[in-house]
Amino acid sequence: MNIEKNILVKLKDVGFEQNGKWLVKGVSLQVEKGKIVTLIGPNGSGKSTTAKIALGIYKNIEGQVEKFTNNIGYVPQKISIDWTLPLRVKDFMLLTDNLKDDALDEALTLTGVKHLKDKNLGNLSGGEFQRVLLARAISKKPELLVLDEPVQGVDFTGEIALYELIKKISEKLNCGILLISHDLHTVMTATDHVVCLNGHVCCSGSPKDVARNNEYKALFGEQASQTLSVYEHKHDHEHSNDGEIKKN
Amino acid sequence: MFDDFFVRALVAGIGIAFVTGPLGCFVVWRRLSYFGDTLAHSALLGVTIAYTLEFNIAVSIFITSSIIALILVKLEKKTNLPGDALLGLLAHSSLAVGLVAIGFLTFIRFDIMGLLFGDILAVTTDDLLTIWIGGALILLVLKLIWKPLFASTVNYELAEAEGLNPDRAKAIFTILMAAIIAISIKMVGLLLITGMLIIPTAMARNLSDNPQKMVIFSIIGGLLSVFIGLFSSLEFNTPSGPSIVAAALVLFIFSLFKIKQTIQLKN
Repeated sequence: MNIEKNILVKLKDVGFEQNGKWLVKGVSLQVEKGKIVTLIGPNGSGKSTTAKIALGIYKNIEGQVEKFTNNIGYVPQKISIDWTLPLRVKDFMLLTDNLKDDALDEALTLTGVKHLKDKNLGNLSGGEFQRVLLARAISKKPELLVLDEPVQGVDFTGEIALYELIKKISEKLNCGILLISHDLHTVMTATDHVVCLNGHVCCSGSPKDVARNNEYKALFGEQASQTLSVYEHKHDHEHSNDGEIKKN
Repeated sequence: MFDDFFVRALVAGIGIAFVTGPLGCFVVWRRLSYFGDTLAHSALLGVTIAYTLEFNIAVSIFITSSIIALILVKLEKKTNLPGDALLGLLAHSSLAVGLVAIGFLTFIRFDIMGLLFGDILAVTTDDLLTIWIGGALILLVLKLIWKPLFASTVNYELAEAEGLNPDRAKAIFTILMAAIIAISIKMVGLLLITGMLIIPTAMARNLSDNPQKMVIFSIIGGLLSVFIGLFSSLEFNTPSGPSIVAAALVLFIFSLFKIKQTIQLKN
């Protein structure tokens, strides 16, 4: 009962088809309060698609999505803003919510970009913009955060600091986080649950379990799991280059 | 006070400028200027229907334009034609059908020039009521949908993900577009309504660094255009719509100098 109450979003066997091709199929996962769930997988494996299904951006989907909160913060992977619209950082921060000025300052300070508050959004560098995106998502103190490669383009030291911040936020706000990341090191240290995608769920579990999994190794190479002890076990299927499953 | 036709025209123009300012910003931001044209052209059909059925013109235009907007949405889903081709198809065919229909209505004398380009003599006290009550309603609804509409203008997926229902806001905005065309056709004329929507806004863009400022400047630009345009319309006996839009153009050209200055300051 208590576990049910903690669930923020639950995907049951979801899939999404576009132009006759399944971007993802048969994905089940759930995000709970205070937990970080990370999606990993190669390019085109359906990570962002899965996040968008969970958020309700894609509507004609297979399977079921149950959302138990409406207080959501989202950092999309790509964002294109049309500069016919003059927009300062502080206007962008208020995009989906009417926040008080100190809540806004607090979030911008946390991600280290408070000095950019009055700057025009179009004049920011890629890394600065990414920090603003993250600040916007956390400023409303969401119950569920969906972060699609939130630190892309951020400098190396900043990257570590932001991942620490994400971890801290999940503890402080007790919010659930659905994270998409390429940084396997971070995934292995900060995450509670890993879902490895390649058009479908290849494997999932704790970071340790996933690192031991053969499919994970096949996708990311031996090195990715070297830091953790390696267990050999037989896998039941392989992937062709386009992600189709080949049964052994 | 409203006995004088010129006072009526001024009061009507002020009411219209207050509404076209904020709506025009969304037209520019969402790249809808050709869409506005299409709705405006279809208004002629609305006028003919109103005359044939002896119906209120503003209501008839509002309904016709809304239907054209609906047809556009359907066509976008059903055909592989690009959006601008569909807009052109609807704009010109509804204009053509409207003009043909007028040809058949020989029993009524039409002031086609007035319809196309606006006529300050034509504004009645009833029209003032339509403009001010209709305009107030449009602004009220726009205020209610401002958050989701603005958020989805910046980024659709963010708005959708964070639960703002951008599709509903977009549908309501389309209706508001039909409504502003319906109430402003007598003053500005159906060929130039989009000009009234986008030229003051374009001027405002040159002067603003944030959305609120752009809306305010857009309203001010619209008001100035109405004043200058109507006075010159009276003075030189020119049709009101082109006079207002030409005034807006002059303001836009002035705003370009402001840009030049700021660029020089930055260097």
